[in-house]
Amino acid sequence: MIGIEHYLAVAATLFVIGIFGLFLNRKNVIILLMSIELMLLAVNINLVSFSHYLGDLVGQVFTLFVLTVAAAEAAIGLAILVCFFRVRGTIDVEDVNVMKG
Amino acid sequence: MTVAAFVFYVFAVTVLLGGLMTVVSRNPVHSVLWLILTFIASAGLFVLLGAEFVAMLLMIVYVGAVAVLFLFVVMMLDIDFAQLRAEMSKYLPLALLIGVIILMELAMAFGVWDFSDGFATRIAAPTGEAQNTAALGLLIYDQYIMLFQLAGLILLVAMIGAIVLTLRHRKDVKRQNPVAQMHRDPAKAMELKDVKPGQGL
Repeated sequence: MIGIEHYLAVAATLFVIGIFGLFLNRKNVIILLMSIELMLLAVNINLVSFSHYLGDLVGQVFTLFVLTVAAAEAAIGLAILVCFFRVRGTIDVEDVNVMKG
Repeated sequence: MTVAAFVFYVFAVTVLLGGLMTVVSRNPVHSVLWLILTFIASAGLFVLLGAEFVAMLLMIVYVGAVAVLFLFVVMMLDIDFAQLRAEMSKYLPLALLIGVIILMELAMAFGVWDFSDGFATRIAAPTGEAQNTAALGLLIYDQYIMLFQLAGLILLVAMIGAIVLTLRHRKDVKRQNPVAQMHRDPAKAMELKDVKPGQGL
């Protein structure tokens, strides 16, 4: 029998992988956004596993909202990335702090 | 080991492998493909947990929309990824350190964690006998209708924002002029001439 601990361990490891990716790919915004998606997915796994093991459906409802926010965040992030690439010709985020126009 | 346990371990290992390869892969296109594999495997985990609706939503929204959006951006922008990847080894020790620290923190929190007393009495929406999708629908369209509509609003704002950010009017492209099209006079658009046989105009 697979207990809730197994799912929580998977979610925690996936979350840490997401943080690891954030620090590993400091320059590549696309991979940064993918790492954030991984972290949100880990949160979703937590919510759904608690929902299942507690017999409470609210966890799955909140998973839907996390999914919505994740999709909106990816769309806006990639749009900003495309704008940034048009202006600078690179997606190196090291010089994003040069805010000129 | 039962079949369910075996399937769980297959999906769990696939999720973790896919996540790890997403962040360490050298080619961003490969990263997106690993991300898609991660999403599919976690949808399998959700099916194992009895959350079919969320699993299918994950397939449609993440695999069908978000991952394809990533793929489009990676392939359409002409980015020199080799140069971006060159400094990856520089950040590796820091990333490993922070990852191990946070993993240990989570493990320590996990060691002392337990359900509080009487949690069964505080359940807000019991799963019951209804099917997963039907029960979720009853909950979302009734108790959480406000949040549901706000989620729709967030998506609308995101859509408008993405369009406004990426839309640009290029000067060197011939564009349609709707006002001129609407104000044209059909009577002046065509002229009929009665040409006699054997004669020219």
